[in-house]
Amino acid sequence: MRCAEALARSGVTPIVVDEAERPGGQVYRQPPAASEPASSAMYGFEAKKAEAIHRAIDAARGRIDYRPRTLVWNVFGQRLDLLTPDGPRQQPFDRLVLATGAMDRVLPFPGWTLPGVFTLGGAQIALKAQGVAIGRRVALVGAGPLLPLVAHQYAKSGIEVVAVLDATVFGAKLARFSGLCASAATLAKGLWYVARNRLRGLDVRYGIGSLRVEGEHRVEALAWRDASGEERRVACDAVGASFGLRAEAQLADLAGCRFAFAADARQWLPERTLQGRSSVAGVYLAGDCARIGGADVAELQGRRTALAVLEDLGRPVDRRELASLDRALARQARFRGALDAAYPFPAHLVDAIADDEIVCRCEGITAAALRRAAREHGASELNRVKALTRIGMGRCQGRVCGEVAAELLARACGSELERVGRLRGQPPVKPIPIVAGAP
Amino acid sequence: MAGLFQRAIDRGGAAVALTIDGEPVHAQRGDLLITAILLHRDSLRRFEFGAGSRAGFCLMAACQDCWVRLGDGRRVRACSTPVEPGMAVIIEGARAG
Repeated sequence: MRCAEALARSGVTPIVVDEAERPGGQVYRQPPAASEPASSAMYGFEAKKAEAIHRAIDAARGRIDYRPRTLVWNVFGQRLDLLTPDGPRQQPFDRLVLATGAMDRVLPFPGWTLPGVFTLGGAQIALKAQGVAIGRRVALVGAGPLLPLVAHQYAKSGIEVVAVLDATVFGAKLARFSGLCASAATLAKGLWYVARNRLRGLDVRYGIGSLRVEGEHRVEALAWRDASGEERRVACDAVGASFGLRAEAQLADLAGCRFAFAADARQWLPERTLQGRSSVAGVYLAGDCARIGGADVAELQGRRTALAVLEDLGRPVDRRELASLDRALARQARFRGALDAAYPFPAHLVDAIADDEIVCRCEGITAAALRRAAREHGASELNRVKALTRIGMGRCQGRVCGEVAAELLARACGSELERVGRLRGQPPVKPIPIVAGAP
Repeated sequence: MAGLFQRAIDRGGAAVALTIDGEPVHAQRGDLLITAILLHRDSLRRFEFGAGSRAGFCLMAACQDCWVRLGDGRRVRACSTPVEPGMAVIIEGARAG
């Protein structure tokens, strides 16, 4: 949105294709138009930022061609294939800025497909976009900064939070304290959430060894092994659980962008210059879709990418703004590096995935099927495993299972994560009616 | 049957009547369909590849776990579809009780 706004300010009328009904993305997501305006209670500390971005979008309305409820399901050369409220359409472009964002990184554990288990992001969206909680007694599990935030938001809204479990160890956070100071305001907010949670008796328990959701038809309890190896259990009727974020880059893949393996993110990501350019001329990547940076970085990057687009169009750009954005982005990168190190990937939860665990929740395919494909068919590449097992072939197109499938395959083959590759993006990236495929 | 969700912040909004497996229930204007259903029920659909039911997962239109059937023949993703008056949700086969 910041990119579109900056382009509009410079006299270029961008077309913004948004799958949502209203602008704001996921972090500053708005309730559907029919309801009352979102209250500040729904966004907490970020209320001012949410308001600012919603206002900026409204102000730019006349200069942005905004297309809500429109899915981009394919990028084909210089053309987007769309599913609009009025049916299938095509949209040619000469410049394409992809800002497809991120979603929760998901790891399977016993009971993770039971009704009542949602991602942490999902738990948060329920509250801020709808004003509802995912349950009455809620347990939260995470491995990233979203965990204390969601715990805070839930507790503040009067919802009973019965456990807050972090799969990473507390020591990693202390060790990165100086790096985290690079964004003092963000760090302060994080510490404030943790402190407020503690005042409410909501201590975050770090270093969780394993976890299991119990229940016959829906969530009834969460059991875990704590840092000292002791088994714990708490009755609850909902669980919000996910383990950091993953970049969502399927459209970048379809646009032909070159990907590189990011060892720290444990994910293949589309290559992006500091200015927001991809490896394909005329295709740009803004925000979390090429590397997780969070909402503040995404705003900066959106504006920076707009300047790159304007430069490439041969239009004048404000050099001072450009330099100040680059400085701000460099500072944020330092903070992000420390934050990522403070919340390392919880590899032990992948190691704990048993043979009978569902890896592909779309079609109920287990870890055993993946391991068999590796063992008996010698599959050592992820797309080969997909062909053999259908993992990554269901409705989610591997958005939920792709990363964990790669982790499991690398372990099964005894190879580096990088060597097992990544799921190739395939159109349509989301389900569409068959008529939409034949315009 | 107790629903999964509970309202935490009152957004206001007029009542919207819909049915779930024929039973009349009320939602509010501005509710997404997943909200409207899970305030009253504990699942959205039966899982078609095995035992059990599903109730959505990511709430951001990525995981595709929350597709539901409507009486008029439409299939919609409940987390990105605003509730409309008169919607007839078919969970059919999801455990009653």
